[in-house]
Amino acid sequence: MNALCTTLVGRDRSQPDVQLARRAQTGALLPVFLILVAAVSPASANPIVIGSKKFTESYVLGEIAQHALNNAGVAAEHRQGMGGTIILWQALRGGQIDAYPEYTGTIAQEILRNSHQPSFQEIRDALGKFGVGMTEPLGFNNTYALVMRSSEAQRLGVRTISDLRKHPELKMGLTHEFLDRQDGWRPLRERYGLPQQSVIGIDHALGYAALANGSIDVKDAYSTDAKIEENDLVVLEDDLRFFPKYDAVFLFRSSTSPDAISALRRLEGTLDEKRMIHLNMEAERTKNYTFAANLYFEDGGRSANSVGESFPHKLGRWTLRHLELAGFSLLLSVIVGIPLGIVASRGGVIGQGILGFASIVQTIPSLALLALLVPVPFFGISVRTAITALFLYGLLPIVRNTASGLQDIPRSLRESAVALGLSPITRLWEIYLPMASRSILSGIKTSAVINIGTATLAALIGAGGLGEPILSGLNLNDHATILEGAVPAALLALLVQWFFDVLDRVLIPKGLRL
Amino acid sequence: MSALVKLADVSKRYADAIALHATNLSIERGKTTILIGPSGCGKSTLLRLIIRLIEPDSGSIEFNGEPITADTIGALRRRIGYVIQEGGLFPHLTARANVLLMARHIGKSEDEMRNRLADLCDLTRFSVNLLSRYPVELSGGQRQRVGLMRALMLSPELLLLDEPLGALDPLVRAALQKDLKEIFARLQQTALFVTHDLAEAIYFGDEIVLMNDGRVVQKGSVTDLREKPADPFVSEFINAQRGVTLT
Repeated sequence: MNALCTTLVGRDRSQPDVQLARRAQTGALLPVFLILVAAVSPASANPIVIGSKKFTESYVLGEIAQHALNNAGVAAEHRQGMGGTIILWQALRGGQIDAYPEYTGTIAQEILRNSHQPSFQEIRDALGKFGVGMTEPLGFNNTYALVMRSSEAQRLGVRTISDLRKHPELKMGLTHEFLDRQDGWRPLRERYGLPQQSVIGIDHALGYAALANGSIDVKDAYSTDAKIEENDLVVLEDDLRFFPKYDAVFLFRSSTSPDAISALRRLEGTLDEKRMIHLNMEAERTKNYTFAANLYFEDGGRSANSVGESFPHKLGRWTLRHLELAGFSLLLSVIVGIPLGIVASRGGVIGQGILGFASIVQTIPSLALLALLVPVPFFGISVRTAITALFLYGLLPIVRNTASGLQDIPRSLRESAVALGLSPITRLWEIYLPMASRSILSGIKTSAVINIGTATLAALIGAGGLGEPILSGLNLNDHATILEGAVPAALLALLVQWFFDVLDRVLIPKGLRL
Repeated sequence: MSALVKLADVSKRYADAIALHATNLSIERGKTTILIGPSGCGKSTLLRLIIRLIEPDSGSIEFNGEPITADTIGALRRRIGYVIQEGGLFPHLTARANVLLMARHIGKSEDEMRNRLADLCDLTRFSVNLLSRYPVELSGGQRQRVGLMRALMLSPELLLLDEPLGALDPLVRAALQKDLKEIFARLQQTALFVTHDLAEAIYFGDEIVLMNDGRVVQKGSVTDLREKPADPFVSEFINAQRGVTLT
């Protein structure tokens, strides 16, 4: 719980009294809840928060920015791989992040939604209206490209995108973002008149594996992608000049401190394509973004020791965060779910309404629930969002089991309690709830196990936990890294199950276990 | 002889049927009054109206001269004991905790509770050694004795029993009937006892109230019922159980 508080009140890090108060409150459940509420109003002494998208180059650029800010004496943190363009853009506008790496083509097409290709100055002016500033290009153009296996391209004689017209049987595997983009698949197909019928959406990193084993023949890529050389792929020439320029820049909130902005601007023009490909390759080779980012700086070698976080340490950090996410959300589910279950057990319109609401929440896919919460002002890209989503998920089993546990108490026993003359509160606390305890606890157990599993998704919005290695493993197409997260998460679920079995023996009255 | 409980024009209807027509009835102090009749005749409804598990649609019920209302029932329930089939024990509490539940709730002293519990074990012939058992660890008869102790714990002026022996096998039932009768006599307990078994009614009853179809058909001793039936139904009911009325 302690580290969770740190996260939640992290913005107040510079205020010692808050830290003291936090320490005093650690361990007590209700105060922690209050801290969560208090965290709504951010204090002023914030570190600069850098966001990044969910692919290697963005991670590396994010790390470089953090490092550059730190070198300039500006406190900065990096939230890795928060999602796609829209999530990052909204997080920037909402103030959950202060800066993130972006590409001019993406800004024009996705954010400003221009039909023509605007000039650099036009883009800058348009962003200014949103209170967002933009650095000069960092030096490389990472445009979209279509790639194929070299051998296959040679065999079929495909060199340009136009050449694809002659091979309608080729299977396309495209990222979901590319499929939906204004400058993505649909206009590309129209422009070139591409005939391919087999088009599927696939995760970027998984797509490379699919390409290698022949499940797909063509996929979208970024022109600085290290995977292109690594996997012996060729970039098909954009002979009709469809793709706009994708010069890498940093976007930042105009209100960001001048020191931070000038630190970011010192990165302008310092990264050419060759250098970026090299950094991307190093990141994927070492599975370590910080290390790759450090290569960018001359003192990279020396500060590399901060990079070597040992595996047990990382695992501990992930696991702790995972337990915090799942545990805290479970606690909220219990605090809210049991009273709701008690009300629901009385039936009527309100009872039906409560059960209906909880059921509906449960039917929303967890990923969609996260995506729905992110644009809401209070939530955004934060631990709050992850905990709220998990809390909502955990609600139904607890509400339903509390209600059914209470409803299953025989009428004769309810009436005995009434006839004895016990007050309503005493009846609830000393008779009804203990009698329903088995059902309630099994609801809590279900919620806990669900939460442990679902909490892996929290990494998608930068909330950390065991989803972090799963996500970056997916991103790096590295099975070992995926397992580093998946195996502990599964073990954790088993452990939690076992813990609750023990808890049953402690909490369920003996008379009900005989 | 004054009445402890008085029902005046009390009626109750459920959505689809009348459970109790306007009824007048007095429960005499120090006597065992038996409510008897076929299933669904309204005898349990009458009992539940007195302890106010359900509220009457019309009429009034007086306990010791004061009306039973939503406001007064809280205090009155402590002066009324209620025993149901199987004892109605709470499964998560030991026999002892079941019996002491209400006494603890109103803050009786440990000494007082211990003494009273010993007396009750004695009275109901329940072994003190079994007090720490949970209901599932007790036999049906034992559970019923615990249920009786719980009802008697606060020395109630009125004891309501809703077919308390219905679920017991004949031998246990006979033993409990005998013990119950002795207990009532020893405590001079005012009791209202619901049963559908005429033999049991005759064994206990100072006063027998025969009910049918939500109405009191006749009230009196068994001799009255047999020799001066108020209604053909009375003879019919008695003759149906003739085999056992000869005891």
